[in-house]
Amino acid sequence: MDNNPSTIELHIPSRLGYEKIAMNTAASAASIMGFTNERIEDLKTAVAEACINAMEHGNKLDESLSVGVVLSMNADSLEVKVRDTGAGAPGHGIAPDIDKKMHEEEKARGMGMFLIQALVDEAEWVSSPRTGSYARMVIHLHHTGE
Amino acid sequence: MHGKSTQVKMDEVQCAGGFITVIRFEGDITSASETAVLGTYKGLPDGAKRILLDFSKVEYLNSSGIALVIQMMIAASKHGQTIKTFGLTPHFQKVFTMVGITKYTSLHPDEQTACAAFDA
Repeated sequence: MDNNPSTIELHIPSRLGYEKIAMNTAASAASIMGFTNERIEDLKTAVAEACINAMEHGNKLDESLSVGVVLSMNADSLEVKVRDTGAGAPGHGIAPDIDKKMHEEEKARGMGMFLIQALVDEAEWVSSPRTGSYARMVIHLHHTGE
Repeated sequence: MHGKSTQVKMDEVQCAGGFITVIRFEGDITSASETAVLGTYKGLPDGAKRILLDFSKVEYLNSSGIALVIQMMIAASKHGQTIKTFGLTPHFQKVFTMVGITKYTSLHPDEQTACAAFDA
């Protein structure tokens, strides 16, 4: 990759299942950039979860509203922004408490943001009710691991 | 469209310590899989105490699908059943570990190892 970022932009309807289009496009971009399969799998889950959150919570599954996905391929990193029309994510990626879930003190669902934060190198959620909110994720080519 | 549907097959296999009920998933496991996942669980024969989940043919799994697996584990726990799993990709083994599911089920590379773990 040279130093000029290449950008790919997608607009997908707020219809569950269509997150796989963004997920597979991100995987293709990461593969072209030389990311390992392990990192590509991490990115796939993170992008899919961000799109599902945008569809369900941001756009309230209104199929007339689209989810915008922008992939920016830089020399040593891949940035993915997932934008919706909502007011922003309600919280951040708090680790699920499996004991509370098993004792039905916490919903079984609600792990998406945690997974995003755990699987990419950088994750942030920007709330902007007027212009649309977005999740921003970055993976670096020279990831040192945990 | 809601992605590929979830196909589920149920088997009884004999391991050294007796019969084990195997639930074999195929395709996608997502929020659309509730009937396939929890409905299949509810249809298990009375007396099924040892349950094995086969993920080896699952193509796509997201957090809503993982939540259905957790709901199945909650129900199994109430019925005194033991669940073990096999066939998850290394990525989803990592995800299950991150989420903490491995506190309530063990992950195995293949059916034979998982069966043997019931007898361990």
